[in-house]
Amino acid sequence: MLNYVIRRLVGAIPVLIGVIAVVFILTTIVPGDPARIMMGQRGNPETIAKIRHEMGLDKPLSIQFLDFMKNALTLNLGKSYRNNMTVVEAITTRIPVTFKLAFFAIVIAILVGVPLGIISAVKQYSWIDYGAMFFAILGISAPVFWVALLSVVLFCVILGWIPGTGTGNGELIYYVLPSIVLGLRPAALIARLTRSSMLEIVRQDYIRTARAKGLSERVVIMRHALRNALIPVVTVIGIEVASLLSGVVITEQIFSLPGIGRLSVEALTNRDFPVIRGVVLFMAFIFVLANLIVDLSYPFFDPRIKYD
Amino acid sequence: MDSSQNKILEVKGLKKYFPITGGLLRKTVGYVKAVDGVDIFIKRGETLGLVGESGCGKSTLGRVILRLIDATEGEIIYEGQNVLKLTKSRMREMRKKMQIIFQDPYASLNPRMTVGDIIGEPMDIFNLAKGREKEERVLELLSVVGLDIQHIRRYPHEFSGGQRQRIGIARALAVDPELIICDEPVSALDVSVRSQVLNLMQELQQKFELTYLFISHDLSVVKHISDRVCVMYLGKIVEVSEKNELYDNPLHPYTKALLSAIPIPDPEVKRERIILEGDVPTPINPPQGCRFHTRCQYAMPICSQQEPVLRDVGKEHFIACHLY
Repeated sequence: MLNYVIRRLVGAIPVLIGVIAVVFILTTIVPGDPARIMMGQRGNPETIAKIRHEMGLDKPLSIQFLDFMKNALTLNLGKSYRNNMTVVEAITTRIPVTFKLAFFAIVIAILVGVPLGIISAVKQYSWIDYGAMFFAILGISAPVFWVALLSVVLFCVILGWIPGTGTGNGELIYYVLPSIVLGLRPAALIARLTRSSMLEIVRQDYIRTARAKGLSERVVIMRHALRNALIPVVTVIGIEVASLLSGVVITEQIFSLPGIGRLSVEALTNRDFPVIRGVVLFMAFIFVLANLIVDLSYPFFDPRIKYD
Repeated sequence: MDSSQNKILEVKGLKKYFPITGGLLRKTVGYVKAVDGVDIFIKRGETLGLVGESGCGKSTLGRVILRLIDATEGEIIYEGQNVLKLTKSRMREMRKKMQIIFQDPYASLNPRMTVGDIIGEPMDIFNLAKGREKEERVLELLSVVGLDIQHIRRYPHEFSGGQRQRIGIARALAVDPELIICDEPVSALDVSVRSQVLNLMQELQQKFELTYLFISHDLSVVKHISDRVCVMYLGKIVEVSEKNELYDNPLHPYTKALLSAIPIPDPEVKRERIILEGDVPTPINPPQGCRFHTRCQYAMPICSQQEPVLRDVGKEHFIACHLY
């Protein structure tokens, strides 16, 4: 197990180096001179040249790349062009908001999606099944910005149940609406996947064996069917968690939540290259990590998978 | 042979129709008549073989008896109780007495559970044994079916087909049943391990005084293990008799044709094979009268009009045919 973890972590290094290279190339080929952006259009050419020198922008690209690589691997991502925060600080101050949001959203998604999937598989072709799958189609196809805007109008403006957007003084009530909106799509995805996976499993012979043993239907479904059906669901949950953690641009924007998603929008509109690079690296790292965790959880769901 | 009339199980007029749905609103447009009026009984301690072609309804019959599938009509009397009338919880209790061994040992064991859990789980639900005692009983069952006691912590995928079927047998034995329905228990196994498993099943029958309903399409296997044999064709029983009587003196034209297909292990001996014309008719719309008349070389006018009933022609040899 430990050997496997080490092997996987070592295996992640080339991936991260690749990401660093792509990030560097993308941010250098984007038109616009960072020094000029910092100083504004009418900046003094001498000062600009000085800043370019300080930032190492006058060196050849190959040297800049190696410097960047070295700094990135030591987490020295430089400072934001906009304020004097280091990139690491800029990201870490935004992490709690995004983590809370992602956590609540995925919990909602699992609590709604898994039971819905089970019920609609067990009661296939019933009105519950049709209802759940209608909800699932809706959840997958309704654009997030549309659901978000409508829910703000309904719950904040018309009904007044939720104080408004933003984070207030950090009260959890501000997270309720965005978490639900954000959890909608993964909930729908999980429901559909749980349903199809369960439908496949309940037709297996060993489910018939379980019934022949004399188990109650509840035990047959929960102990014998569900645990076997969850493997594909866990994979999707892992990917969803990763994409939630790497910042939910639209939702954070609409609900004015200062998370990673908003940070990346801000950095992009300001051409704040160090922050952009930092955010992209952070996202890549989260995905690598989430995939590793998902893979490590497989033996718990399927004893045929063993790592050594 | 046991001549007492001690019937452990009696099936009367049992029918299982599977609805065929079609169209936008999933309306029932017809039925597959998998089991269509079956009357059989099993005596305590015997092995009743049930043979027939694929799709004749023999596996369905086995599953309906255990209520793994709901019956459409009929009665299943187990020790005086109508199994089909039991409530869900009473039915679960009944599963202590009636167990099943499935055909496919690869698919019928939960891949997520250890051998110990698979065999021990029924003991938990019926409060037969717990903790240490349970483990001891599982270990005992493992050795009874010829498996290593160290196998208790392993998972099904670590075993061969024959070993898995032994696990399936141990699982069925865990609740100390009286009747075991063996649904083609050896047809998925290599020929080399078939006889081992069959011999094991015979030993266990002696040891635990079990009654078997042995479902198979393999006539030699059925001859080897059964006391009496039932022949099924398109959802109906056509002939039932004591084993040797049936194999030596088959009466029903269908049984005759089936038996003529058993290969003789001697290249010098030639047997006249009765080749049946045409295919098995569909159970959705079975032929009128005797179901076999479309392929029977002795068919008479009455065969296509009146359905023959199963009746005793002497020596407990039952047959459903207008010839007798």
